Amino acid sequence: MSMRKYLSRTLLSAALLLGVGAAFAEDAKPVKLNTTADHSKFKELQKDFKSGPEVTKACLACHTEAAGQIHRTKHWKWEYLNPENGQRLGKKNIVNNFCISIPSNYAWCTGCHVGYGWKDANFDFSSEENVDCLACHDTTGNYKKPAGLAGNPPTQDIESPPGSGKIMKAVNLSKVAQAVGKTSRDTCGACHFNGGGGDGVKHGDMDSSLAAPDKELDVHMDASGLDFTCGTCHKASSHDVAGSRYTPTAMDKGGAHIKGKAETGNPTTCVACHGNGPHKKAGLAERLNLHARKIACQTCHIPTIARGGVPTKLSWDWSTSGKRDAEGKGFVKKDAKGHIIYDSRKGDFVLGENVKPEYVWFNGQVKYTLVGDKVDKSDGVTKINTMGGSPDDGKSMIWPMKVFRGVQPYDAGNKTLVTPHVAGNDDTGYWKNFVWDKAIAVGMKDSGHPFSGKVDFIKTQMSWPITHMVAPKEKALGCAECHSAEGRLKGIPGVYMPARGDLSPWVDRAGWTLALLTLVGVLIHGALRIVSAKKH
Amino acid sequence: MAERIYIFKRFERFWHWSQAALIMFMMLTGFEVHGAYKFLGFDRAVDLHTNAAWALITLWVFAVFWHFTTGEWKQYIPTLEKADAMLKFYLTGIFTNAPHPFRQSQLIKHNPLQRLAYLGVKLFINPLIWASGLLYLFYGSWGAWGIGGLRLEWVALAHVVGAFLMLTFFIAHVYLGTAGHTPTSHIKAMITGWEEVE
Repeated sequence: MSMRKYLSRTLLSAALLLGVGAAFAEDAKPVKLNTTADHSKFKELQKDFKSGPEVTKACLACHTEAAGQIHRTKHWKWEYLNPENGQRLGKKNIVNNFCISIPSNYAWCTGCHVGYGWKDANFDFSSEENVDCLACHDTTGNYKKPAGLAGNPPTQDIESPPGSGKIMKAVNLSKVAQAVGKTSRDTCGACHFNGGGGDGVKHGDMDSSLAAPDKELDVHMDASGLDFTCGTCHKASSHDVAGSRYTPTAMDKGGAHIKGKAETGNPTTCVACHGNGPHKKAGLAERLNLHARKIACQTCHIPTIARGGVPTKLSWDWSTSGKRDAEGKGFVKKDAKGHIIYDSRKGDFVLGENVKPEYVWFNGQVKYTLVGDKVDKSDGVTKINTMGGSPDDGKSMIWPMKVFRGVQPYDAGNKTLVTPHVAGNDDTGYWKNFVWDKAIAVGMKDSGHPFSGKVDFIKTQMSWPITHMVAPKEKALGCAECHSAEGRLKGIPGVYMPARGDLSPWVDRAGWTLALLTLVGVLIHGALRIVSAKKH
Repeated sequence: MAERIYIFKRFERFWHWSQAALIMFMMLTGFEVHGAYKFLGFDRAVDLHTNAAWALITLWVFAVFWHFTTGEWKQYIPTLEKADAMLKFYLTGIFTNAPHPFRQSQLIKHNPLQRLAYLGVKLFINPLIWASGLLYLFYGSWGAWGIGGLRLEWVALAHVVGAFLMLTFFIAHVYLGTAGHTPTSHIKAMITGWEEVE
């Protein structure tokens, strides 16, 4: 071997060794790859925070615009002006048929507000330090905002709920603050899984089973698969999270969103990723894509709701509340699985798992019955929200809804819905005293509406468009789920569906009669031939 | 000993029986799609009905070509000559062992009532089913074809009416297949091509 060759080989080996060494050196120094800022290293966060607002002040020292951005959002304002019909909506203003309304119950409800200290109607919405960064950016799972503390985390051990004997530990705000990160299914779910006062109660397509779902429960959020977070679809811009049930996008003709292209459409729709002709299966694609012109994706691809083992509430009858046991105390009744089906404070519940949604033509326009609106018991069921839509308006598709039915107190004198004071350790809160007129008088005063003093109960219903818990395609509805006489779309107007019995029954009657008469005729004719053949 | 004459040529027999099989299959699947019963399942019924439709259309293309190139279409020119005699035979003569009033030949294969019935099928029932069925299949293209104002239930109604008429024809046709010179002579002829005549 020549000297030159020997040298070059040695140098090459040395270089390789050096390279490998460098690679090892890289591995030896751990680095976070999911962020460029390790908040645990920030001196501003290495202190003993005594309250939520103290943490926020530290956050805002660097994130100077964050609070101002939050101030512009529904998450902060709990108020939404519907541009389509001018209705003033938002949690602050509407009435529902769960725990009914926020006014006079602030400290309980605002455990889910992205702020601190909203305990009455005088909350300062311009306060920056009262913005709660941790509710959405906690990654520890230890951040809690129990009902009754006006959106504050417990800074000392407390009994929650009061009188339950369960101790809720104080939140270590320093640890939580040092570990902040992106939002997750857990942070969004802390409130949105628990809408209506408990796990799965309100929506039916959102409950704690979505914290780590399998593929069958949610093909996108599948924790060991695609692992979408809420934010994957609900893209936030300047802290404003896309997607809304006040003005949903019922029909999206905009096709799949493309990076780099200025997209104005709602990023949360199925179409925003899958486009307008999503079905590809040979032979079936055209027919299914045709269906997708009139039928929302969700209708077939969410076969049932409450599929993850958590029941959802289907009805709530406030009129049976207030019963007392032999000792004069309120009580609860549970079903075989341990879920509450009667509570003296609240009344009777009906729960359901694997619930088939109901279906309606929906164009995205939602009109609410607000506290000031006249309601009439003789109308039968008062729709708290009325879903707009028809087969012919060109904007509607057939959508799945969870329809939540209730019986709730109303003002029989003024003929309006009411905003009762339910929560509160005082002598008017309904959950403590079981007396409606006092509770409603206080609540109506707080919400600024007149109250006649006459209390009666009225049947109500509320529709919740279903869009989560999308099943894998193999679990989508089969044709016969709708194409049959007693199918899911029974009674849906404006479409002709084979096998649903949509033609006049006289067509079938006449057709079968004609065929049957012919058959009887030829049988008689044949019988006569046989008989006569024997004679001749 | 009865005389035998060759009436139905090979293609004609092939056409008849494959058409018969397809129509029976399409009635079976079609009435399921219509919701009359559950047998194969709606999905499969729709698929099979559609595939059978394309097979039948292909067959018809060949049959139409055959009819025109061979001149066999003339077999369906309607005539009332001896129609009354045929009617009388079906109503009375057939019970008294009266002689069949019609004698088949290669030039005139069908009795006057058959001619009328088959012409009705070819000019009314088939086109009704064809047109409504194809419109049904291409529902998604109506807008592009400028017939977006058409309503699916009208098309479905036409298709269902056509199906019931076909079913009625089918029952009568199968039965009258036994009403030849002997109960099996027509059927044998349709299978072998050879008809026994007196």
